[in-house]
Amino acid sequence: MRVLIPNPLRSYTANAPIVAAAGTTLDELASDLDRHYPGMRFRVIDEQGAIRPHIKFFVNGAPKRSLSQPLSDSDEVMIVCALSGG
Amino acid sequence: MARTTIKSLKPGGVTLLISTRKGLWQLHSEPTRRSWRLAGPQFLGHIVHHSVLDKRDRRTMLAAARTGHLGPTIFRSPDRGRTWQEAKQPPAFREGSGRVVDHTFWLTPGHASTPGVWYAGTSPQGLFRSEDGGATWRGVDGFNEHPQRKAWCGGDQDATPDGPKMHSVLIDPRDAKHMYIAMSSGGVFETTDEGAGWRPLNRGVRADFLPNPDPEYGHDPHCVRMHPAVPDRLYQQNHCGIYRLDRPADRWQNIGATMPKRVGDIGFPMVLHPRDPDTLWVFPMDGSSVWPRVSPGGKPAVYRSVNGGKSWQRHATGLPKMQAWLTVKRQAMTADANEPAGVYFGTTSGEVWGSRDEGRTWKCLAAHLPHVYAVEAA
Repeated sequence: MRVLIPNPLRSYTANAPIVAAAGTTLDELASDLDRHYPGMRFRVIDEQGAIRPHIKFFVNGAPKRSLSQPLSDSDEVMIVCALSGG
Repeated sequence: MARTTIKSLKPGGVTLLISTRKGLWQLHSEPTRRSWRLAGPQFLGHIVHHSVLDKRDRRTMLAAARTGHLGPTIFRSPDRGRTWQEAKQPPAFREGSGRVVDHTFWLTPGHASTPGVWYAGTSPQGLFRSEDGGATWRGVDGFNEHPQRKAWCGGDQDATPDGPKMHSVLIDPRDAKHMYIAMSSGGVFETTDEGAGWRPLNRGVRADFLPNPDPEYGHDPHCVRMHPAVPDRLYQQNHCGIYRLDRPADRWQNIGATMPKRVGDIGFPMVLHPRDPDTLWVFPMDGSSVWPRVSPGGKPAVYRSVNGGKSWQRHATGLPKMQAWLTVKRQAMTADANEPAGVYFGTTSGEVWGSRDEGRTWKCLAAHLPHVYAVEAA
């Protein structure tokens, strides 16, 4: 499925804004992204399996808070970094 | 007291690693240390808490970083900072422990006999070890899983404003298994079995912010240093004063009482002379009322002792004379190993100051940088 990568994570994808990855849940998708782009998962999901505070996942435009969210190959996943600069 | 010979470096250029809230810079000097060149930034936008050169190989550097959005990681350089790679497995608490590393706060290369070993102290308090030059990290279970850990560290109410932290990870150069750690809060702890077991080492240190001002642990050491030539000599700048400890004694001696009363004995950093165990520098900050943590009276000065803290001399030549409210964080002051030693500090207002005459006179080496978190000589 298509995964839209936010600017702060594009150092992992050689600046690609859109990549392909697989998984039947958001959790599996994050692990698949980490296989292709080592280190990416831990930047957005902590060691206890929680999405980090300033990170959001959208599936087909709808925010999803659970990593057990089911996915299909036709879905589009967007990773968003909330405003937390300054 | 056992003494290790520390050779003076031949007069040579100095590199300072400047870790800031917005990235990493390097300051390079020529051999006289009169002129400096600023290079960087690297990791622009990353919060870089600490960057350290491995003085065992003089090539490997590690940098602890995170961003406002992204979780904490470690970057590794095999070539003194020219190129960097991210750690494959950054410090993280055990799955199921319920604890989450917010950031790595402190980095220390391991003992000379264990090349590739590094230690990291995190916020919240955790100790991690790498055996492959910082590529992968594992928790030191003897501390992280210790049944007393929560009692030692306290809860969120005991945290410092930007998070509770483990810092001042010190390795005895005579014995890889003998280490000290310090925590804000928690106090100073010692291990003699490479981290399997720990015991508090806080006797004589005040904790006047606690109901019991003389507890076994729960203190707030801001910065602890071990003298490289005399590893039995420890100093600490604490929330409650300045202390010295000569092992094997286990009661710290208050050496802050000899500071001028109008200045006080509160600050964050503590720097030791590279060869003389009796010479040290502190940067006093206002610890009165609501703890402003700025230069007392807006008149910054470095205080130096050349007799192990029996007396102190004020050194402010070259520093602003008034209306300069400087804050220097605990990792943001250091010395080089040259003769005479250079002393350096960075401020939260983005200035880096240096002295090439052991702290007597000062010059601004860089300005307009972001909030400086750490300065290390490389």
